[in-house]
Amino acid sequence: MNYVNSVKIALNALKRNKFRAFLTMLGIIIGVASVIVMLAIGNGSKKSIQETMSSMGTNLIFAMPGAEQKGGVRMGNSDAKSMKLADIDAIVKDCPAISDVSPEVRSSGQAVVGNQNWPTSIYGVNNKYFNIKKYTLGKGRTFTDLEIQTYAKVCLVGQTIVENLFGKSDPIGQTVRFKNIPLLIIGVLGEKGENGMGQDQDDLIMAPFTTVQKRILAITHIQSIAASAASEDQNSVAIEQLTASLRASHKLKATDEDDFQVRSQAEMVQTFSSISNILTLLLGAISGISLLVGGIGIMNIMYVSVTERTREIGLRLSVGGRGSDILLQFLIESILLSVFGGIIGISFGFIASKVMASIMNWPVVITTLSVVMSFFVCSAIGIFFGWYPARKAASLNPIDALRYE
Amino acid sequence: MKKTIIEVNLLKKDFYIGDITVHALRGVNLKIQQGEFVAIMGTSGSGKSTMLNILGCLDKPTSGTYFLDGISMGELSKNELANLRNIKLGFVFQSYNLLSRTSALENVELPLYYNSKIKSKERRERAEAALEAVGLTDRMHHMPNQLSGGQQQRVAIARSLVNDPVVILADEATGNLDTRTSYEIMALLQDLNSKGKTIVFVTHEPDIAKFMTRQVVFRDGHIIREELVTNRNNAAELLKALPIEELV
Repeated sequence: MNYVNSVKIALNALKRNKFRAFLTMLGIIIGVASVIVMLAIGNGSKKSIQETMSSMGTNLIFAMPGAEQKGGVRMGNSDAKSMKLADIDAIVKDCPAISDVSPEVRSSGQAVVGNQNWPTSIYGVNNKYFNIKKYTLGKGRTFTDLEIQTYAKVCLVGQTIVENLFGKSDPIGQTVRFKNIPLLIIGVLGEKGENGMGQDQDDLIMAPFTTVQKRILAITHIQSIAASAASEDQNSVAIEQLTASLRASHKLKATDEDDFQVRSQAEMVQTFSSISNILTLLLGAISGISLLVGGIGIMNIMYVSVTERTREIGLRLSVGGRGSDILLQFLIESILLSVFGGIIGISFGFIASKVMASIMNWPVVITTLSVVMSFFVCSAIGIFFGWYPARKAASLNPIDALRYE
Repeated sequence: MKKTIIEVNLLKKDFYIGDITVHALRGVNLKIQQGEFVAIMGTSGSGKSTMLNILGCLDKPTSGTYFLDGISMGELSKNELANLRNIKLGFVFQSYNLLSRTSALENVELPLYYNSKIKSKERRERAEAALEAVGLTDRMHHMPNQLSGGQQQRVAIARSLVNDPVVILADEATGNLDTRTSYEIMALLQDLNSKGKTIVFVTHEPDIAKFMTRQVVFRDGHIIREELVTNRNNAAELLKALPIEELV
């Protein structure tokens, strides 16, 4: 069998019906393009979630009080007062896999400067906190040990606070009042942007945890603990050590449940990744259906085309074409249609993704896998949906085919 | 002695339609020598089309033998028959059967596509030569719909010539044409025949059969009459003698 000739014959046949060939390809073009675009969006959002998550620190570990029971009544998590400063000291001592640890106490309220005010949160932390949460220092300085020991009325502010309360003037050296406590601004945090859940990470005031505990909240416990593992691989070890340390500090028996919860950023990254994986799969499946419909379109047209070209087939058989030549011709026609459609669809999807990325500002990532995959799926569709009509064409009786009206 | 191109002995062909058996051919003997121009005649249902299908290797007989150019076709597989059609036979049909939207040249090239021994350059050259032989050198790149019926049939004849077959089988090749164009086609076929081509021509028109060297008449699956044509008509001369007004 001469494959070169078969390809030539098929190409000539397609050339004779350019418009029909284009219409047939359209289904595949749209199918492939939508697969490429959908997967690009899915992968893009996954990547951007991962990026924002890791900008918050991949080694991040949180510990917060768990549900406690008071005489059989389970209480809400946040009310518990089980975490103490002593827990922090114990963690520093017990956990070699944890590099930094900081207490965290929070309060929300209005920040007031002169006649301006702005709703925000104040975070009581120590100096390690900046490292843990990957905050940078834009201007000024962080807290001194003395300031922490003496509940000094000092703070650092985020960019959103600067914009809303100070405009263009330099906030350092000025005073901001939070719940009627005047706090001297000693530094400005570097801009960090939104986190993965759309929360503005620059809308906050940071003060020594002692200051927030004593002067604002009037409490002695801490609300949560933020820590970071020494490295990403040590994440799980760090979590184990932290859990063990807290259990020891809280004097829990082996049979007792933890009275705290430990969460890690890595876990959250995983959760979000799996959510976006499902999203990608869903988008891919939907566009896969359109690809399938495109394939059925090819089968339809090929089937009609076999009937319409019965006399042509009869002629080809009578001048010496074998059944296998006819089979090959129709199979190659449908493969060419789907492969050309696939190539056009891939380029189209590529362009559409780029346009979407630049106009709508959507994160898109085109993976080689999605391109290679849709290309092979196209060829497979060509063979699969071309086979039946081609078989029909090849099995025609030349005498009947020549007489066909 | 001339070479025997077609030799058919005791050829029978039955068709089964439900419970009914139709005997299309009931034991036919026929020999055709090289250089003959044979008319196969008969009314519809006489078996002449079945005969042509078998001669054309498109159908197999129920019994009997058929030698084409010395090859017994009874033992050949479907693919071998296709191969035989490709190198030994040329077909001309009543309705031309040209591929639409395909130039005359490409139409003529078609049979050679199924012969893998022929390269594209040779294919082109042979198609051009065949079109030249039927006098259509200036119409090579025309599409079928830009050609008259006679010209289309000449393209079809060129297509049947392109593989240099041992015999050309024509099935009512003038059936769709007016008298003048029919004569033109017959003049062309007579010319080819005079150059040595063997032609088998199925027709039911006695005056068309007059252009050939021998007439074979079928009825009810038998050959009832077989005779050499005396007073053979010359199509080229008749064409000249046609009244002028028909030229319009």
